[in-house]
Amino acid sequence: MSTRYVIVGQGVAGIAAAEAIRAADAGGHITLLSDDPHGYYSRPGLAYYLTGEISRAHLFPWREAEFTHLRLQRVQGQASVLDPAGHRLLLSNGATLPYDRLLLATGSAALRPTLPGIDLPQVVTLDNLADAERILGLARKAHSAVVVGGGITALEIVEGLREHCRRVHYLLRGERYWGNVLDEAEGRIVLDRLAADGVQVHTHSELAAIEAKRGRVASILTASGKRVPCDLVAMAIGVAPRAELARAAGLQVDRGVLVDEFLRSSAPDIYAAGDVAQVYDVRAGKALLDTLWTAARSHGDAAGQNMAGGSLRYVKPTPLNVTRLAGITTTIIGSVGFGRDADLVGIARGDSELWRQLGQALVAEDEHEVNRLRLLVGPTTLIGAVLMGDQRLSRPLQRLISEQTDITSIRAQLLAPNAPLAALLTRLTEGFR
Amino acid sequence: MTLRDLLQRDRARRTTLVTGQVTPEAGRCVQCGICTYYCPINIDVRRHAWLGEPVQESHCLTCGECVARCPRGVLHFERIELFQP
Repeated sequence: MSTRYVIVGQGVAGIAAAEAIRAADAGGHITLLSDDPHGYYSRPGLAYYLTGEISRAHLFPWREAEFTHLRLQRVQGQASVLDPAGHRLLLSNGATLPYDRLLLATGSAALRPTLPGIDLPQVVTLDNLADAERILGLARKAHSAVVVGGGITALEIVEGLREHCRRVHYLLRGERYWGNVLDEAEGRIVLDRLAADGVQVHTHSELAAIEAKRGRVASILTASGKRVPCDLVAMAIGVAPRAELARAAGLQVDRGVLVDEFLRSSAPDIYAAGDVAQVYDVRAGKALLDTLWTAARSHGDAAGQNMAGGSLRYVKPTPLNVTRLAGITTTIIGSVGFGRDADLVGIARGDSELWRQLGQALVAEDEHEVNRLRLLVGPTTLIGAVLMGDQRLSRPLQRLISEQTDITSIRAQLLAPNAPLAALLTRLTEGFR
Repeated sequence: MTLRDLLQRDRARRTTLVTGQVTPEAGRCVQCGICTYYCPINIDVRRHAWLGEPVQESHCLTCGECVARCPRGVLHFERIELFQP
């Protein structure tokens, strides 16, 4: 009898797992369950869909032929009960999916604070394609929008709304943007660029209430009593793993589903991958969350191989994201910050908790207009880097940091006042592609 | 920049385009689709990026549109020996 695989979630972790299972088990029966009616699409692509840079059709990377080729049974539905002892998954429509191996790849969901007006229909978050379409629908009719929160998603929404609304306000609780990943100068570059693009940035502004008129959002009120008229409020204060199914089934769950280096949960034959998985990291000595798309793909691939009988040990790679902050391309690699960010509850999307595991390191900086390079310099290696603007050093830095290349020969020069960091690194990495 | 510099830069650019193929780095790609969207002859560049395979389709113009548009630096030109002596 062929092995029955059930994958809960049709994001990139689920898709990568399905590919890996099929590669290892030609005869297995793979069911891909999704509660998202749109199936598999590029979640990071939603940012470009909001700005109008790509069409809706281009969000979908796979054609029907690719699903057919993998012989996947795709089921749309909501998982309601996971029964680890009975090896079965119950759906909300009453159906039952028995399994031999199951993968939880349910992703994460945006958090909403508890405050007056939060349930009004014009208060939005950005988790999925339906949310993006809702934001676009509201934005096209809105005169003024307010965005609250931090991290990458807040700016994705700001930039998207900027294309459609006359006025966009961005509220920050403190003085800085993403203060536990970016340093003061990097945060300033982002906020200055937003302001130059016409976004009204309100620092020291904590959202206290969303006010309505005739059942529609009319304004927001800050804790200091400032009122900003608006038709739309977008919240991006962080995400939480969608671990309710696992928690109710008695699996070990911390913030996410705790998994070992083989992506196995505490229950037999149940694995977890992607945003929902809290994976043990050898370097940090604890289980951490990642909400990086590329990490989710790697999790899914490793979990899929192991579900099909492999014994692949997953080692977290150096966390990397290349993203756009206020139109400025930014690479974030390794450990670059620490502490909490007042605008976020927990982790943002496109984020890694490893970024905030910075221990002892010296900082070397080089800045020219919006081009900026910050290096976190350890005793013999680079620990992390933030590169804004010119991206020619993005790949070499990724290699230097992930391969823990010895930089002793240029370390003193890097740390000298006004050191030409880019030139020094270029010379060191000339042999890299 | 002098006219000579400009011409030299243009020559270098054309040489790169003719002797290169578009090569992805799968580990950086988030499948956003911008490369495929902007390909003037509708090559599914994103599929190549998912598979980590260079764009070796004979139709590829090596125009560089996908390389320039990719917001994450996934794509680059890799030199091929096709036109080398």
